[in-house]
Amino acid sequence: MNILETRHIVKQYAEHRALDDVSLVVPKGSIFGLLGPNGAGKTSLIRIINQITAPDEGEVILLGERLNPDHIRHIGYLPEERGLYKKMKVGEQLLYLAQLKGLSEKEAMEKLKIWFVKFDIKTWWNKHIEDLSKGMQQKVQFVATVMHEPDLIILDEPFSGFDPINANLIKDEILELRDKGSTIIFSTHRMESVEELCDHIALINRSHKVLDGPKRAIKEQFKTHTYHVEYQGTLSDLPSAFTVLSTRPIDDGFLRADIQIPPDAAVNDLIRHLIDRVAVRSFGENIPSMNDIFIKAVGATNE
Amino acid sequence: MNTIFLIIKREYLVRVRKRSFVIMTILGPLLIFAFYAVIGWAAISSINQKKVAVIDESGRFANQFKDTKETTYSYLKQPLAQAKKQFAKSGYDALVFIPTDVIEQPKTVQIFAEKSVSIELQNNIERAISKEIETIKLNQAGITRKIIEDAKVNVDAQTFSLRETGEQNSSAIATSIIGYVCAFLIYISVFIYGTQVMRGVMEEKTNRIVEVIISSVKPFQLMMGKIIGVALVGLTQFMLWILLTVGLFTIGGQVFGDKVERGRAAMQTSAAAGQGAAVAPDPEVRQAQQGVMNNVVRAIETLNIPLIVACFLFYFLGGYLLYSALFGAIGAAVDNETETQQFMFPITIPIIGAIAVAQFVIREPDGALAFWTSMIPFTSPVIMMVRVPFGVPGWELALSMFLLAIGFAGTTWLAARIYRVGILMYGKKVTYKELSKWVFYKA
Repeated sequence: MNILETRHIVKQYAEHRALDDVSLVVPKGSIFGLLGPNGAGKTSLIRIINQITAPDEGEVILLGERLNPDHIRHIGYLPEERGLYKKMKVGEQLLYLAQLKGLSEKEAMEKLKIWFVKFDIKTWWNKHIEDLSKGMQQKVQFVATVMHEPDLIILDEPFSGFDPINANLIKDEILELRDKGSTIIFSTHRMESVEELCDHIALINRSHKVLDGPKRAIKEQFKTHTYHVEYQGTLSDLPSAFTVLSTRPIDDGFLRADIQIPPDAAVNDLIRHLIDRVAVRSFGENIPSMNDIFIKAVGATNE
Repeated sequence: MNTIFLIIKREYLVRVRKRSFVIMTILGPLLIFAFYAVIGWAAISSINQKKVAVIDESGRFANQFKDTKETTYSYLKQPLAQAKKQFAKSGYDALVFIPTDVIEQPKTVQIFAEKSVSIELQNNIERAISKEIETIKLNQAGITRKIIEDAKVNVDAQTFSLRETGEQNSSAIATSIIGYVCAFLIYISVFIYGTQVMRGVMEEKTNRIVEVIISSVKPFQLMMGKIIGVALVGLTQFMLWILLTVGLFTIGGQVFGDKVERGRAAMQTSAAAGQGAAVAPDPEVRQAQQGVMNNVVRAIETLNIPLIVACFLFYFLGGYLLYSALFGAIGAAVDNETETQQFMFPITIPIIGAIAVAQFVIREPDGALAFWTSMIPFTSPVIMMVRVPFGVPGWELALSMFLLAIGFAGTTWLAARIYRVGILMYGKKVTYKELSKWVFYKA
């Protein structure tokens, strides 16, 4: 089941078309990576989903319905540019934001208590935001994003500004929220966190969607049928179907070779030929990294 | 609707709890009170009794000097030289010497004192002597003082305004003052609270919290919530000022008794009469001022106070709404305080102009200038308040209010369109051309 669908979204700003016919499907319970270079249109799309702006064409379907004001409390949004009222106290501020999302004061209070215990920030309740460090403010903002238990959580660069320990804490929270049934849309430039967390991705470049689907399928699509082998000995006269792309020495007299096979060839044949010729230490497929895919896909559409 | 209420509540509480708000609210009336108290004290200290010794060699002035609250007179029978010697120990504040030939040579009167003599005392003595000499000379000429008194006519013109309701006593001075004070309060509060709205919007924009907020509420709700919240802060401040001022003067009045009242009355009348002096030394002048004061009180009684208060509230709110929307739009359009200047300038011209024009309107509250400037929504909050105490035809008032309502609906619409684009636009130097484009963006 899909929690969110965007259908043929177009957004035009004066002379600049920020989004052009963007259709996406976000499955429920997924961690969905929304990728793209700077200025590709990610933020425009996120703002449309948050009803901050409206699309010029197309429609957004959330939880099976056309996007409407009742959806506000089902979405939690952490913008890339963080901000809180500096002169307000932490507790007061979070209560206010929760109530804007439609929670009653009592509900908000109960939910906040849980988060304050969880993040061990009970002593912060009466502190002013301006007295907190940047990392502490980020934590407060994260709580503000998720405290109303939204079905859809949109995080724009959630890890920027966090030290590794807190980043890990947030990462665990994201996974826990997913396990509890929330769906997370995750917009970032950091491919290692996409690699780690996302199960679905979409790539937007120059206002167009260039790629989307389950991460595994995309990797499958981008794989080059290349394998690597670490071995000792001399690797020569392989059948011509197998192309040795490169060979380089590694440690202790071992060498590493990257070998490409035809799409229809069996990997076992390659292994058999290798065993006959060299002493194999390790063997594996070169699966493209998200980084490779990003660069390749963006590069292809820019040409 | 619930969310806009939440926003209003936050905007209101955040400002009302601020230390600066509390200080201003308490300090305002205290300053006014202190101002009056100082003048009150001055009035009280000036009526310390002075003892004056009189050596009357002519023998014509026995009992001509009347003791007053300020001064007591006693007559000495000793020669001047002796009195002068003993003066330091005698306890008198001043010594008056009237020579025998005073009637022929009035300039020979001398006043001695340890320190210099106050002008007030000198005036009193001079007046008593000259009056007596006058009487003597008149008597010699066969004219009694009574004839003179009868011949003196005190012209004190009272102004009347003619209306269907009949003749009403009015004092142009009181009416002008009330009108101008109301207009000035509106002018000041538009600036103070309009700037607060602008700062608030800018704070949200530069803090980047705005994106979080408008993912929960509509930009229009956020803007209106802020404008209404600040309006309530303004009303609260006015109410507290009025209550505290009245309270302070009630308490102060009881503590200082009628002395302060006298000082205050003197001060008010002198101010009303357009004189700088706080203390009225001359009994006649004081009497005249008392007359003005009575006129003022009478005039105030005949003014339609409920109408003025109602108009004040309407024009305060209307003017504030009209301008604060524009101030809010500026806050949304710019990235920092320095950029606000170029946009503030054209917006503030009409209201500054209005307060300048107000001085001409006071002189001619029914002229063409007054009429047109009290119809234009950008100037009407100030100008109409100047005119209202003088009496304005019902249809003019209704039309002006209607136009003001349209005016602030218009500026709010315009501001909202600039606002919703501006708050999400960072790091862009905004021009008027850019702003006009924003107005026509689709949401």
